Amino acid sequence: MTSSPIEARPQSPNIQIYRPQLTSVLSIANRISGGVLSLAAIGLVVWLIAAAEGPQTYAAVQSTLASTIGRIVLFGVTFAFFLHLCGGIRHLAWDAGYGFELQAIYASGWAVVAASIVLTIAAWIAARFMAW
Amino acid sequence: MVNRMARKHMGSPLGRAIWLGSAKEGVEHWWRERVTAIGLVPLTLWFVAAIVAHSGSDYATIVAWLKTPFTMLMMVLLLVFLFYHTALGLQVIIEDYVHSAVKIPALVAMRLGCLTCAVVGILAILHTAFAS
Repeated sequence: MTSSPIEARPQSPNIQIYRPQLTSVLSIANRISGGVLSLAAIGLVVWLIAAAEGPQTYAAVQSTLASTIGRIVLFGVTFAFFLHLCGGIRHLAWDAGYGFELQAIYASGWAVVAASIVLTIAAWIAARFMAW
Repeated sequence: MVNRMARKHMGSPLGRAIWLGSAKEGVEHWWRERVTAIGLVPLTLWFVAAIVAHSGSDYATIVAWLKTPFTMLMMVLLLVFLFYHTALGLQVIIEDYVHSAVKIPALVAMRLGCLTCAVVGILAILHTAFAS
């Protein structure tokens, strides 16, 4: 059966032979950031349980979050959040029928990238400022 | 043409007869994903802003904040919308990439996980608010 002509036919091109474009990269980035935020949502529940448990448990969770690895993960989650938020708003605009021209698609795409980076850095600077 | 417009489903009558194509569930999934997304825009922005504002807060301050009625309302709404939206998003990811016998168990486990996380999170909020 493995030598049947149907099996031997060339497959349609796979995604890896295409040059990455802003549109395709942001599309998969929205899905990946959604997956990351799903895990972060579990983290939110753990944090709420710790707050309910008492000061000791809360302090343990907070020190984990404040560690170097914790901060790197939290920074990544912050970026994933703003990327998914801005990408989601872009999707809602498309759903309403706006922004389908090629020029508008690229403009909104770069706006999502820029806004996500700026908002992530702004949130962390603000958090640092509030912690003083 | 009128007949075509009057049909409430996509696809041909034959396709409908042999259960191909939309059974109208896709539209419902799409709508729920959008409604939860729109709800999550203010809820998540409020949460991130509140967490940034509480960067330097100790346990007692965080608990006092969690105990206020407005925080409780926003947190419960956030958990419900967040885990509903997460379940809808992860459903699409599983349906796109899992084609083996694992697919249905994975969907069931994912939904049970999302529901459990939402309920545990809400109980943690109620415990923090009323148990001390």
